[in-house]
Amino acid sequence: MVIHSVTNRNTKIKSRFALFGGVYSNYLALEAALQDIRQRGVDAIYCLGDLGAFGPHPDRVFPILHNNHVIVVQGNYDDSVGNALNDCQCGYTDPRDNHFAQISYDYTLQNTSEPNRKFMRGLPPEIRLTVDDQNILLCHGSPRRTNEFLWESTTSDYYLEHLLEVQRADVIAATHTGIKWNRKLDRGLFVNVGVLGRPENDGSTNVWYTLLELRTDSSWTVSHIPVAYNHTALAREMQQEKLPDEFVDTVVSGWWTTCLEILPSKERRRGKH
Amino acid sequence: MPSVNLTHLDELWFQVSGTHCNLTCDHCFISCSPHNRSFGYLSLSDVQSSIAQATQEGVREFYFTGGEPFLNPEMVDILCWTLQHGPATVLTNGTVLKEEWLTKLQEAERQSRYSLEFRLSIDGFSPETNDPIRGDGTFDRAMAGVSLLCEFGFLPIITATRIWDEESDLEVLSQFKTVLKAHGYSRPRIKLLPTLQIGAEENRTRGYLQHEVVTDTMLSDFDQHNLVCSHSRIVTDRGVHVCPILIESPDSNLGQSISESLVPFEINHGACYTCYQYGSICTNASSGNTLSTTEPTVNPPDTARDDGDT
Repeated sequence: MVIHSVTNRNTKIKSRFALFGGVYSNYLALEAALQDIRQRGVDAIYCLGDLGAFGPHPDRVFPILHNNHVIVVQGNYDDSVGNALNDCQCGYTDPRDNHFAQISYDYTLQNTSEPNRKFMRGLPPEIRLTVDDQNILLCHGSPRRTNEFLWESTTSDYYLEHLLEVQRADVIAATHTGIKWNRKLDRGLFVNVGVLGRPENDGSTNVWYTLLELRTDSSWTVSHIPVAYNHTALAREMQQEKLPDEFVDTVVSGWWTTCLEILPSKERRRGKH
Repeated sequence: MPSVNLTHLDELWFQVSGTHCNLTCDHCFISCSPHNRSFGYLSLSDVQSSIAQATQEGVREFYFTGGEPFLNPEMVDILCWTLQHGPATVLTNGTVLKEEWLTKLQEAERQSRYSLEFRLSIDGFSPETNDPIRGDGTFDRAMAGVSLLCEFGFLPIITATRIWDEESDLEVLSQFKTVLKAHGYSRPRIKLLPTLQIGAEENRTRGYLQHEVVTDTMLSDFDQHNLVCSHSRIVTDRGVHVCPILIESPDSNLGQSISESLVPFEINHGACYTCYQYGSICTNASSGNTLSTTEPTVNPPDTARDDGDT
């Protein structure tokens, strides 16, 4: 567990939320994460969008989400698949990245049932919560754009302070980049909750979700939780579905092999490719 | 004529070396050269003043261009200071870099939470394709700059202006990667740019045609975030301008302060048409503002991933 933004450990926890993003059809990681979340006990579970992409059998994540009462924000992928758009709106610019993104998108669109696509179409682009006197904004990319990349190394404090101010939020939680991070600011807290769909380019096969705890002194604790799951089974199913070897490689190695050109230099250097 | 509002100041640019450059490229959209001093240098103090103003607007990141930024004797200090406040990108031709500068910049980036990006211009994958545009010997000098940056652990974004047919993009990209790997850049990052038919490029090929303008109709159902003027401004020694491309146009100068520059801009220039066609060509891919310039292909010629650095 990676714990950040701890303020006062002597205070008690008033509320605890589990948040994750980017399921990317990885139903095995989703099941493993939810089992871990249930053991810890939370007040609510939120998914910040992108249910499909990358992995096999996209319809399998929906009953798991529904049965566990997961509240879902719409990601760019959900908007695209739900409305049968031409591409995933991921925001890539490199031809190779776009090539693999389109393979992933075409497979996911073809293999997502109409009832599940209707569910995706109806998802809200953001969710606002008030817990005690704390205002929490849950979104996919950023509060202003579903597919905005908020990377740790290219997002200034000034910009995050601005977002917290104009959104009148004490906490903003987002995902979309595929790599977790968080930052405590004067006005509040920004958290990228990470993704369950694929490892985060660190050579480990586990994926990540985030626990957000409100304490009795109104401070927040952010804990990024690693989730191990049967990644070899997922890789086998991806091969059976004839998904690209590059995707399978990422699942078994923990290193990104696609979507690389969108990474800023600090995040890119941490990877292998 | 359509007008574009600045929705938020995402990127603040600096014309940090004015129009002074050690090279005289045939396609330069503001005709920079060793003798062009129509725009002057910005000092560290100038940059600090503008960044202080921009932070009040919630600015996200900073870009430095020229001319050749590293002709400015304060460039290294400027970047080191900026990295304490936000992400920084510097656009260089890579021919004047020194080890002592990169030592300082490497340490400044290590101590910063933010990325320092080098965008290094090379317009062909060989001396035969690059040098006719950028000058004799510039390919070898730029590649030496690439190798030096790699030695210091940087991953420069190679920016190449498309002086070939757009249909050849994938082939050119593949050749670029092969050459860059041969020069020690094992996982090259490449950004392709369209030409801008102004400045020296207007003489090399042609200027904008009369119909190459953005109309109100074209902007209906168009995401204006793809236009750089909707989220950027640039500081020069004359004031704050609308975007890095149009600084020589008198109407681009929007005032003397950041706050004065936060006004709508009429996009009545030919270069606005290129920005409309390709998206915010000036910003980095990680900002996610650029439209895809190449349609996905069924079988791209180079789908092999790049090897990791060792």
